[in-house]
Amino acid sequence: MTDPVTTEESHVTPQKPAGGVKATSERPKAKPAFDFEPKIRIENLSLYYGQTRALFDVDMSMPAGEITALIGPSGCGKSTLLRTLNRMNDIIPAVRVTGTVAIDDVDIYSKAVHVDLLRKRVGMVFQKPNPFPKSIFENVAFGLRIHGESNRNSIEETVEKSLQRAALWDEVKDRLRENAMSLSGGQQQRLCIARALAVGPEILLMDEPTSALDPRSTARIEDLLDELRSDYTIVIVTHNMQQASRVSDWTGFMYEGYLVEFGQTEKIFIAPEKKQTEDYITGRFG
Amino acid sequence: MASIIDPKFKRGFWQDGEPFVWGTAAALSAILISITILIAVIMVNGLGVMWPSDVALLSLQDGAQVFGLPLREDPILGSDAINLQIKTGNRDLYGADFRWVEKGTVRAIEYPSDVYTLERMEYGNFYGRFKRLGDGAAPASSEDLEKAWQAGQEEKERIAAAAEEVNALSRRIDGISGRVLKLKHSGTPENDATLQGLLGEQETAKQELQGRMAEQSALTQALLAHTATFVDAGGREMTIPLMNIVRLYQPSQMGIGAKSRFYLSKIGELLFDEPRESNTEGGLFPAIFGTVMLTFLMSLLSFPLGLLAGIYLREYAREGIFIRIVRIAVNNLAGIPSIVYGIFGLGFFVYGIGGTIDAWFFPERLPTPTFGTGGILWASLTLGILTVPVVIVSTEEALGAIPRGIREGAYALGSTKFQTLVRVLLPMASPGIMTGFILAMARAAGEVAPLMITGVVKLAPTLPLDAEYPFLHLDRKFMHLGFHIFDIGFQSPNVEAAKPMVFVTTLLLVLIVLLMSSTAIYMRGRMRERYSVRSL
Repeated sequence: MTDPVTTEESHVTPQKPAGGVKATSERPKAKPAFDFEPKIRIENLSLYYGQTRALFDVDMSMPAGEITALIGPSGCGKSTLLRTLNRMNDIIPAVRVTGTVAIDDVDIYSKAVHVDLLRKRVGMVFQKPNPFPKSIFENVAFGLRIHGESNRNSIEETVEKSLQRAALWDEVKDRLRENAMSLSGGQQQRLCIARALAVGPEILLMDEPTSALDPRSTARIEDLLDELRSDYTIVIVTHNMQQASRVSDWTGFMYEGYLVEFGQTEKIFIAPEKKQTEDYITGRFG
Repeated sequence: MASIIDPKFKRGFWQDGEPFVWGTAAALSAILISITILIAVIMVNGLGVMWPSDVALLSLQDGAQVFGLPLREDPILGSDAINLQIKTGNRDLYGADFRWVEKGTVRAIEYPSDVYTLERMEYGNFYGRFKRLGDGAAPASSEDLEKAWQAGQEEKERIAAAAEEVNALSRRIDGISGRVLKLKHSGTPENDATLQGLLGEQETAKQELQGRMAEQSALTQALLAHTATFVDAGGREMTIPLMNIVRLYQPSQMGIGAKSRFYLSKIGELLFDEPRESNTEGGLFPAIFGTVMLTFLMSLLSFPLGLLAGIYLREYAREGIFIRIVRIAVNNLAGIPSIVYGIFGLGFFVYGIGGTIDAWFFPERLPTPTFGTGGILWASLTLGILTVPVVIVSTEEALGAIPRGIREGAYALGSTKFQTLVRVLLPMASPGIMTGFILAMARAAGEVAPLMITGVVKLAPTLPLDAEYPFLHLDRKFMHLGFHIFDIGFQSPNVEAAKPMVFVTTLLLVLIVLLMSSTAIYMRGRMRERYSVRSL
């Protein structure tokens, strides 16, 4: 993928310096140094639902081409954090965000950013499979159509490619005109992944994508994540700690709106630095 | 595990919920029974009317004889005697169509086969025997009578064609008069060439009209001279012009097949012909047409408006105290009596907007109103605002019932709010919106009160849609089945004769509403199949 802003030059934050991790934020901050170029960089992020504060000064970075897992007990803010990455919280009135979320060093909360283009580049898969009540084909083609693609051949090609990528093609290639609601839960979720892939994102956000699925479907989705990992930057929120340890390269543990600890998955699960993290992953609370 | 096996254990009568189940079943049964009774009464009374019943000859104790159809029996209050109602017809002879006789005084009832039933243009039915044709110089049989009547019918069609030409001519004259008025109003001098030309044209047309009218009346007079004479059971003669006889038949000589064919032709008349005899006989076509067109126009105005308003309320308006008040107000609008809407329609649409249109565009015709009087446009607008709350509420509910995940799924792909609405939400909400449309349509089709002051009439000379330019005449008054029921049932000079028509009209109105609703329900079913979010 090329630089995200090359096609939309006007969306670049004007004072963008030439590269560098600390480019968009003037405030120097103490934070753990990682030896990767971050795809997503979150600095000092806080979020308020009206008077209620849901995120407290979160600082973290997500590397390109790897899977980052967010774990933590219910209500800890991990889904909220995930939804700041494609500005899904914009839909909810009275939400206020402070701090910086930068993708490829572009602050996505800057005024110049067009949220529809942002979401085209940052795909999202939800906890409950949510295909549209249209045909399987139209579900995948939807994103292409709303972004102005009208060439039938090109749409068909992309739909097939996306369904193959989501490991669903063989199961549905003979019934593309059937209603997506006739698929099983696991198939519906893979259809949602295909739908997200069709518009050509670089980042995939997954909000507990397997929590509504049976173990077999879960395994298939996890295999799929493994296949997608090299081409996409994936952020996954999960309740299931085994899943986090199985699929992710990096893990962040969140608790009551704070990012308690962030690091390589192995390290978090084998030798966490914080006691809270240890308590959570060993099942002492949560 | 002994605790779950206890032979003595029993839940209390009320905790068990059994009486509640009976209650629910009883409520549903009560509703079904009352609806069934209503429909049955309408069907029994409405469907039987057009069947050609055999004419009875009743011999009374005092020696009198009378032809007629025995209709119903009523006990006389305070005695054991029973009154029998007979439809005797022959209003021009007896002064009334119906007669009550005490059942005990009827000595015999026979069904002679030579009795004719005549349906006439005026004075209702005639029951009697055929006596002679014309002045009776030549002896005539029943066949001769029927042949002569057939010939008269053909002649009548020619007269009708001539009358149509007269009508076209007089409409042309009206058109010219309108242009003349307009020219005069705009201050054109008397000697203006165009004006003089028009006046000349008008004069020639008027002369032609007079000629045609004289021709038509001569034809009619000639036809009226062809008469047939019939006698009633008492031997009194009645001479009737053949052209005034709509149908003549001998029901006792008709088999089931012939009677069924007759029945079907009566239904055809009902559906496709004009009414006669101050609406108590003949067809209902103008009223059917008016009802359907009114409902259609109403839908055209109310549905898009309600849909858009509902979308704004649910999708775009910022939730707050104002929107909450608006929502409550919209919900309450549905509870305002319809006559209030009628009065509003009269004041706002007819006098307000219609009067303004007249003042701006048709000043030359004043004080004769064009749009400033009741008409189908104003009536449908009035029904439109009456039904729009239902559409708004159903649109809002249908959009609100869509799971949040669907919206988020669309937004997450970079879909704009508008794209999400048009491509995902509205198709999904369409079955629910259709439910609102169906309710609104059914309500509008059955509404009478607001129409009575915004443009419905007892008898409309023309339809609001015809072959004459500009084809759609929104300023015209119209007829309506609901008003028809009220009019012939309660405003008719001959209520007893109109009673069968009340049932027939009601049946027809119910059928039309049923037809329109089932079409909409069928469409809703198709949409539901396509856009349901339920897993199959």
